[in-house]
Amino acid sequence: MTRKSPAALRDPATRRSLGRAGQYLALLCYLAFLAFPFLWLVSTAFKPPRELGSIHPTWIPRAPTLDNFRTAFDEQPLLQAAGNSLLAAAVSALVAIVLATPMAYVLARRRTRFARAATGWVVVSQAFPLVLVIIPLFLVLKALHLVDARTGLVLVYVVWSLPFALWMLTGYVRAVPPELEEAAAVDGAGRLRILVSVTGPLLMPGIVATGLFAFITAWNEFFFALVLLKSPEKQTMPVVLTHFLGAEGVADLGPLAAAALLATLPGLVLFAVIQRRITGGMLAGAVKH
Amino acid sequence: MGRDGPVRGQGRTSAGGAGAGPEPGTGDRPTPGRDHRRGAGRERGHGHSHGHGTWFLILPALIPILVLSVGPLLYGIGLAFTDAQSGRTQATRWVGLLNFSDLLQDTLFWDSFRVGLVWALGVTVPQFFLALGLALLLGQELRLRWLARALAIIPWAMPEVVVGIMWRLVYHPDAGVLNETLRSVGLGPDEGRDWLSGTATALLAVIVVGVWAGMPQTTVTLLAGLQNVPRELHEAAAMDGAGAWRRFRTVTWPAIKPVALAVSALNFIWNFNSFALVFVLTDGGPGGRTRLPMLFAYEEAFRYGQFGYAAAMGLAMVALIAVLLAVYLSRRLRGEGEEEQ
Repeated sequence: MTRKSPAALRDPATRRSLGRAGQYLALLCYLAFLAFPFLWLVSTAFKPPRELGSIHPTWIPRAPTLDNFRTAFDEQPLLQAAGNSLLAAAVSALVAIVLATPMAYVLARRRTRFARAATGWVVVSQAFPLVLVIIPLFLVLKALHLVDARTGLVLVYVVWSLPFALWMLTGYVRAVPPELEEAAAVDGAGRLRILVSVTGPLLMPGIVATGLFAFITAWNEFFFALVLLKSPEKQTMPVVLTHFLGAEGVADLGPLAAAALLATLPGLVLFAVIQRRITGGMLAGAVKH
Repeated sequence: MGRDGPVRGQGRTSAGGAGAGPEPGTGDRPTPGRDHRRGAGRERGHGHSHGHGTWFLILPALIPILVLSVGPLLYGIGLAFTDAQSGRTQATRWVGLLNFSDLLQDTLFWDSFRVGLVWALGVTVPQFFLALGLALLLGQELRLRWLARALAIIPWAMPEVVVGIMWRLVYHPDAGVLNETLRSVGLGPDEGRDWLSGTATALLAVIVVGVWAGMPQTTVTLLAGLQNVPRELHEAAAMDGAGAWRRFRTVTWPAIKPVALAVSALNFIWNFNSFALVFVLTDGGPGGRTRLPMLFAYEEAFRYGQFGYAAAMGLAMVALIAVLLAVYLSRRLRGEGEEEQ
């Protein structure tokens, strides 16, 4: 648009619009980098075998088909795997928030040495390599006959999601001003009543977001499930997905892509929901009333 | 959880965005007087005393954490000094530092440690600079900002296994989009190049995936940090005629430096400890070129049943990383001490 003569470059307005153009170019590059692998996954999932075998693959399938999805369900017990993942993720998320919410409340409201130590532990525990935890857990669960059992996996997921559930919930509790609770106390409300009718409702969006987050984390988890579950009928979605890769990495690309796409959807949808909750500032809005 | 977490640590980011509010730096500082009103006097001097009813709120989470997290961790540290193996009938014996002296001589371990370092740095450093640039970009009023935010969900919420599968489809020698794109612009290898199984390209190829997978999370964290930047200071500097770079150096960077340091240190740890992504992409191949320490430890423990040895490896990983980070953070934070106090 603008001629890039030195004189024009010295003009502030031109420089600003050139800067703008550069910013948009950078943004477009980023968007392309972010989107292209996913678009390719989608494209591959809908391609018939004939097109997957062609030497010049195309972005848009010429003859899109749903066959890959059908084949994927025939080749591997995907429904069962999805059921296992759903069970493990839902139960562990629910248990984790039930256990974590009271503790998070205490950690947020009382700044004692214990609270600091607990928060420190939450951070540090994230830094340990998982082998150091999984070997003893494997031995303990084996002694309890909980290896290759869904219960064992759920137990591990509960404990594994507790640290970040505590972390998130502590943040949400801090966002509720203690003045609100004090005002209720002045009005003569008891401690439990304050928690249930004042703090609880304000925390609800945070609790839901944390629960959904724990759900997605467990739904996506791979390492523990790989180590702990051996029977095919008990395995979760991510583990079953790796069976599509086959020996020596020779894979049936279409069904692989189709199954991978299906495994992604719950996480993407739920995450989109939480993002909106977080950015929506529901807490901030509720406090202003 | 970068994943394994990916997901690991994402909670931190979200809490920073939602919970701690716009000033995470000050969020931790108690309001003067608040502690007294809440009966802090009773608790002073007894860090573990919590008054009535509080223990009952803490125990439900504390017990499982102690039993299934702290306990196993201590047990795992103990195992590092034994000859524990899977499925062995003899009793496990205490072998002292034997595993560690074996580890010192295990060239495969040092190879994997080197691969882990290259991978962790190779992912963390470019990721940090790209994410910083992007966060600065998204802090501006740009039209496609919403799209960037919407698309950022994809790598973030995707199972690492799927990220690995997806990029295998991208890198695929025949059916992959990368080779086809290179061919169409005349750069293409005539034969389908297999990026993931070439000894020269495999590590670089997985590093690109690592950068892709962790970038949105890092960007969002840095964006939250950018909210710390005092706007008036920025405007004042602009009035004084400071250019964009000068304003960044003198106003923006000092404000986000703590967040930037924490993010890069944590990303480094998570990347160093990562497993699923590379397991799916290459399973450590070709010839160990991408065998991260976790992949090596997993093989030792669950393919060869060497529990004691693998535990020692885990402990060695923690120790080596702790030393590296201590050096990094102490050097980085030294200049900051005066500002903080």
